[in-house]
Amino acid sequence: MLHIKCPHCGIRSQNEFSYGGDATIKRPELGKEISDQDWDNFVYNRKSLRGKHWELWQHLSGCRQWIKVQRDTATHEIFKTLKANEEIS
Amino acid sequence: MQKYSVFSLVKNALSNHENWDLAWKDPTPKKEYDVVIIGGGGHGLATAYYLAKEHNITNVAIIEKGWIGGGNVGRNTTIIRSNYMHDDNALFSEFGMDLWRRMSQDLNYNVMFSPRGIINLAHSDAQMNTYARRGNSMRLNGIDAVLLNREEVREIIPMADFSENVRFPIFGGLMQPSAGTARHDAVAWGYARQADDMGVDIIQNCEVIGFDVSAGKINGVRTSRGDIKAKKIGLCVAGSTNILAEKLNMTLPIETHLLQACVSEPVKPVLDKVVTFGAGHFYISQSDKGEMVMGGDLDGYNSYAQRGNLPTLQHVLTEGIAMMPFLSKLKMLRTWGGIMDMSMDGSPIIDKTHIEGLYLNCGWCYGGFKATPASGWTFAHTIAQDRVHELNAGYSLNRFNTGHLLDEKGLGTKTWIS
Repeated sequence: MLHIKCPHCGIRSQNEFSYGGDATIKRPELGKEISDQDWDNFVYNRKSLRGKHWELWQHLSGCRQWIKVQRDTATHEIFKTLKANEEIS
Repeated sequence: MQKYSVFSLVKNALSNHENWDLAWKDPTPKKEYDVVIIGGGGHGLATAYYLAKEHNITNVAIIEKGWIGGGNVGRNTTIIRSNYMHDDNALFSEFGMDLWRRMSQDLNYNVMFSPRGIINLAHSDAQMNTYARRGNSMRLNGIDAVLLNREEVREIIPMADFSENVRFPIFGGLMQPSAGTARHDAVAWGYARQADDMGVDIIQNCEVIGFDVSAGKINGVRTSRGDIKAKKIGLCVAGSTNILAEKLNMTLPIETHLLQACVSEPVKPVLDKVVTFGAGHFYISQSDKGEMVMGGDLDGYNSYAQRGNLPTLQHVLTEGIAMMPFLSKLKMLRTWGGIMDMSMDGSPIIDKTHIEGLYLNCGWCYGGFKATPASGWTFAHTIAQDRVHELNAGYSLNRFNTGHLLDEKGLGTKTWIS
């Protein structure tokens, strides 16, 4: 069982959260010309790192906020959590 | 090579089974090969076997970080089927069914192929309609499909919950009678033994450290047991594809996820079909030893840990008990996990890459085991001829760029959200 520290609610069990994938993916800016490759990278291509991985989770059965979590994909250790509007440093 | 038969069994019994040949050798890697296959799982071993058998290319090495058959070919729930709706998936899988049917004879190794049939249960009228549509598509592609009503399902699997007051009543199901199971380890060992006999070097405990690429062309691979030159290299490392892709500066439409399976204590024969729950993701069959073999959803987050977490297991088994209440009385014998390449449309990739001489076989999601022979056969063709076969033309890498997705379940880019 993962225990995730929601920045709004504190430590909660994994059962309260749903997963949202890689948090470092940026949507191409609106109104700008983008190539097929840029769009491909945004929609489909993922590094899926082994080790430290910044990812989105939603506290679905809690405050319903999206948060950013830094987790090790090999050991499942969680290092840091951020609010959705906080930048990954 | 010693042929396995009742006669060789009797002959070796007379010498207390002390004189059997080794099934495969343990060679030291040579400096150079025509083809190097990375990954000694089912798909890698099958690829090497078909390179030798169909294309007469025997100067081949399989390099494997651990031991052969220790990854997903040893961790799956052994289900074999071709009940797909889309032509690309259906024709590929049905070609594989033909290879499964004669595999024990071809490999001189009993893979215990058991075509016992698979039933996908339906729990609403709408689901019956989609099953009818899929069944019709299957039949148009020459695959056997039978649409069963509630009473017909009850006759075949009376132990399922047919009571009136259930959340997901059984409306009927779609059966593929020719689907089934096989002994998964035997598939890896059978391919390894034959490939070794035809001259393929199976090199275990040999980890890939990097690749030698120059001017857009692959020249070889750097391993923990030295550099190996090769004209062609095939990647068959589903579960670790992203790790090797990073060494090649490639970013792929794949996320690596964790999938669990489990078996109960062995019980007397009760279930002679593979059955899947239609209102969630749960599948079950009974092994020859009597264990109920079960699996279901991914754990749901990127993972390289080959072990699972309890919330998913609890969720999956809740579905199982909803479908077959007697399961609640059984004790759990073993649970385990494997890591999957989850591709963005739920279908695999067998293709060339932008690097000349580098070939990619990955993205198998939930369905790698059943694809073992067809994957090996088509990947061997793709490597030997330097072009894809029509059977794997739909499994191209650039389909995500061109929009020709093969989304069998219509789950789009989030295959792990069901």
